[in-house]
Amino acid sequence: MEPINWHTFFFLLFSLLAVVFAVAVVVASNVVRMAFYLIMSLGAAAGLFFLAGADFVGAMQLMIYVGGTLVLLIFGVMLTAQGPFISMKTRGGDWILAALLAGILLALLIPAAFSVPAWRNRATPEYLAGVRERPATSAPLAMGLVGARVDRLAEADANRREGMAGYLLPFEIVSVHLLVVLVGAAYLARTKRRATAERRLL
Amino acid sequence: MNLLSEPVGVSHYMIVGAVMFVAGVVCMASKRNLLGVLMGIELVLNGANVNFVAFSSRFLQSEEGRSLGLDGQLIAVFVIVLAAAEAAVALAITLNFYNNYGTVDVDRASELKG
Repeated sequence: MEPINWHTFFFLLFSLLAVVFAVAVVVASNVVRMAFYLIMSLGAAAGLFFLAGADFVGAMQLMIYVGGTLVLLIFGVMLTAQGPFISMKTRGGDWILAALLAGILLALLIPAAFSVPAWRNRATPEYLAGVRERPATSAPLAMGLVGARVDRLAEADANRREGMAGYLLPFEIVSVHLLVVLVGAAYLARTKRRATAERRLL
Repeated sequence: MNLLSEPVGVSHYMIVGAVMFVAGVVCMASKRNLLGVLMGIELVLNGANVNFVAFSSRFLQSEEGRSLGLDGQLIAVFVIVLAAAEAAVALAITLNFYNNYGTVDVDRASELKG
């Protein structure tokens, strides 16, 4: 018997968790349970990121997605979960259409995943032995965000080096976008008590 | 045992991403609860993120220089941030809709129908 490859073992574990809970989100009709399944699915996806060597992105996934966005969603669920809205059943005809859509999309995407030979290649132990010496990704990512690509200094091809600018401009755009979005969200979700306040004054 | 002893490649990650994406699309298309639609969007974005991270990973390639490098991870970080922003605005709209109409059923949001 060949020895177990633990990377593959944990990949299978996390991918099964992610996929099963993602399907459970679709199948469940209770919105509170859907939120819980979504937390499990996204947490397992963070495990997949760690396994792919993206430690910073995995940590961000856990902190921002699982710790922030989903708490926001669960607050939304708690604020609107009253009586008939907790569990809203999808109609039978909609299920058939959705299953058809899912089948067509999967039939397109899964052959596409295997269509390119380079994507099917797997790492050899000799190659992995050289790769593991690299440092964590958070510092190169931060340098990339402020405009310096320290991870690709050794790029030999001049044409490819052209396209390897940093991400300072997207970073700025995202920052301003976040500010605008937060102001907009606070404006949209504010409590409208103006009418009652005027009445109290009178 | 062949499944457990072989290393994984980009294709395996892409299948996980594809299944999460499809689950999200179906969730968006079939849920009647507005928050269910939002959860579908989160699943779609996350499926895309799985693909980005897989392409950027050095551990899934067979030789040096094949992977996307840190570009994929940077884009994944941007996607996470934009998903957070989108969730905040969409939740605000949902709460506004709930306050005005007393429901979160997307089928009842039909006032703009011709």
